Amino acid sequence: MRREGSPWQGLGVVVLKELSDHLASARMRVLEWLVVLTALAAVYAAITQVRDVTAQDPFLFLRLFTTARDPLPSFVSFLGFLVPLMAIGLGFDAINGEHNRRTLSRILSQPIYRDALLFGKFIAGLTTLAISLIVLWLLVIGLGLLLLGVPPGGPEMGRALIFLAVTIAYAGVWLALAMLFSVVFRSPATAALVTLGLWLFLTVIWPALAPAIAEAFVPADDQALLVTTAQMLARVSPSTLYGESVLALLHPTTRALGPVYLSQLQGAVMGAPLPLWQSVMVAWPQIVGLIAASILLFVGGYVAFQRQEVRA
Amino acid sequence: MSIPVIEARGLTKRYGTATAVDGVNFKVAAGEIFGLLGPNGAGKTTTILMLLGLSDISSGEARVFGHDPMREPLAVKRLVGYLPDTVGFYDNMTAADNLHYTARLMGMRSAERKQKIAAALARVGLAEVAEKKVGTFSRGMRQRLGLAEIIMKDARIAILDEPTNGLDPQASIELLELIRSLKAHGVSILLSSHLLDRVQSVCDRVALFNAGKIALMGTVPELGRHVLGGGFAVEVEAESSDGIAKRLSALPGVRSVEAPAPGRFRMTCDRDLRAEAAAAVVAAGGRLKQLSLDQPSLEEIYTRYFQNVQEEARHAA
Repeated sequence: MRREGSPWQGLGVVVLKELSDHLASARMRVLEWLVVLTALAAVYAAITQVRDVTAQDPFLFLRLFTTARDPLPSFVSFLGFLVPLMAIGLGFDAINGEHNRRTLSRILSQPIYRDALLFGKFIAGLTTLAISLIVLWLLVIGLGLLLLGVPPGGPEMGRALIFLAVTIAYAGVWLALAMLFSVVFRSPATAALVTLGLWLFLTVIWPALAPAIAEAFVPADDQALLVTTAQMLARVSPSTLYGESVLALLHPTTRALGPVYLSQLQGAVMGAPLPLWQSVMVAWPQIVGLIAASILLFVGGYVAFQRQEVRA
Repeated sequence: MSIPVIEARGLTKRYGTATAVDGVNFKVAAGEIFGLLGPNGAGKTTTILMLLGLSDISSGEARVFGHDPMREPLAVKRLVGYLPDTVGFYDNMTAADNLHYTARLMGMRSAERKQKIAAALARVGLAEVAEKKVGTFSRGMRQRLGLAEIIMKDARIAILDEPTNGLDPQASIELLELIRSLKAHGVSILLSSHLLDRVQSVCDRVALFNAGKIALMGTVPELGRHVLGGGFAVEVEAESSDGIAKRLSALPGVRSVEAPAPGRFRMTCDRDLRAEAAAAVVAAGGRLKQLSLDQPSLEEIYTRYFQNVQEEARHAA
């Protein structure tokens, strides 16, 4: 059965409205300050740490992102923790909030499809996240220029830019997940709790659980299989995927993200950095996985929303 | 009756094994106010959502200006203005901004929007609070803002779900006045309610819902005749004359005459016999003091109907 008209009708209107809501909301301001303050602290710590080795390191700028100094974790680990929090904060009441305000049926009785509302909210959320992440990224680069006094090279900037894109994709996964639960659960509090619970599980518990599960199902004498199985299981979590792709992108010497046999290392110049695109190739499955996960989760939310009854 | 603007044929909605709306047939003519009445949970809102294309139709079909809400929902939604049961707005936005958002969703241009929103808010009496946040609005003001949205949309049909629900008497009288003025502007109106006396005053025709089916449909007097059995009840009050009762009962079309009190007569007749009754009283030498036609109230019809249904059910069991 063909529907008349375009599913995108009204999309731009919804995006603009949601975007202005997000950018003006108190919730967003709190999250932004949280992210900016903690991330800047991490970068400052990193800078004081790497200053001493300025001359030797060819990828000095990337160290800004990855260097940790006790007691602060690195900028990247901060992001891995806070980006999901921001995304969930923006998405957990996307649809059920409209339900509870009783605006949903009134908005849907305008000449638009449900597609426009859901997709518009997703785009607006992702744009908000992208804006804050880009600002943060520029802040870090700016601070680096000021405090290190060394201009970054082309490949470094390329890596940093791809890292930014991957972080946005990572945010998209959590946003799509939060929106899916905002469709499924009528109460925003339930949706937020379930999403946060799942996030904690996938980020903290699952990576520790994966080897244990692998051990239970794989014969103990096959060490290689055991390691790969554990790794495959761990990669179910978007946090693992993000961590691995960041590792490949920001540590140019990373040659593989899985176990490597000694025979494969024959002739390799240990410790030599890979060219930019080779590093991207190493992280490519993880990057695609992140994008695919956000698409899948969004489609799940879309299907659930299309079938949902609008009456309160 | 002119061409129907809304037509439902065998409209049915099933949720799993439960049937919320069961083979409903009705037509709404252009320019009329049609009321869907019935207890909560009788299927009124589900019927409305199916007409709007917001809920899938299990079987049967609906037409709104000849458009199928399942296949051409956008065409339907462009023509229809909908005021949901306890309508909600974005509380942190002003009344005007809320309308601007929906007007943009309708694809209205900026200049047109400004002018139409101002006019609509003025018509519902919200012009002074146009720049106030909706969070401060009372329930009645929200309902009126909802009507302003329909006015701004230039909707040909207004579908109002429980418009007077939860309003104080003053607010609901104002709202019904606005609904009448919508009709005067040529808008056809479909409204649902369980508040009968208020609805009776505005509806041209009503459909009585019961357990997902339309039990009765027609104008209020038609329903009265059907349910209450008797035709018209004319009350006559006259002074000091004998033989009035006899003369009244001799009139053609009178079924019975009772005298509940001295000087008062209550006649049940097939049609409105007020003029004839007056002539008869005067001819008998009586002095006519009062003459009135008892309109059957919707409340009475409704209660009696459901009593009958329950009794039948008890007999069957």
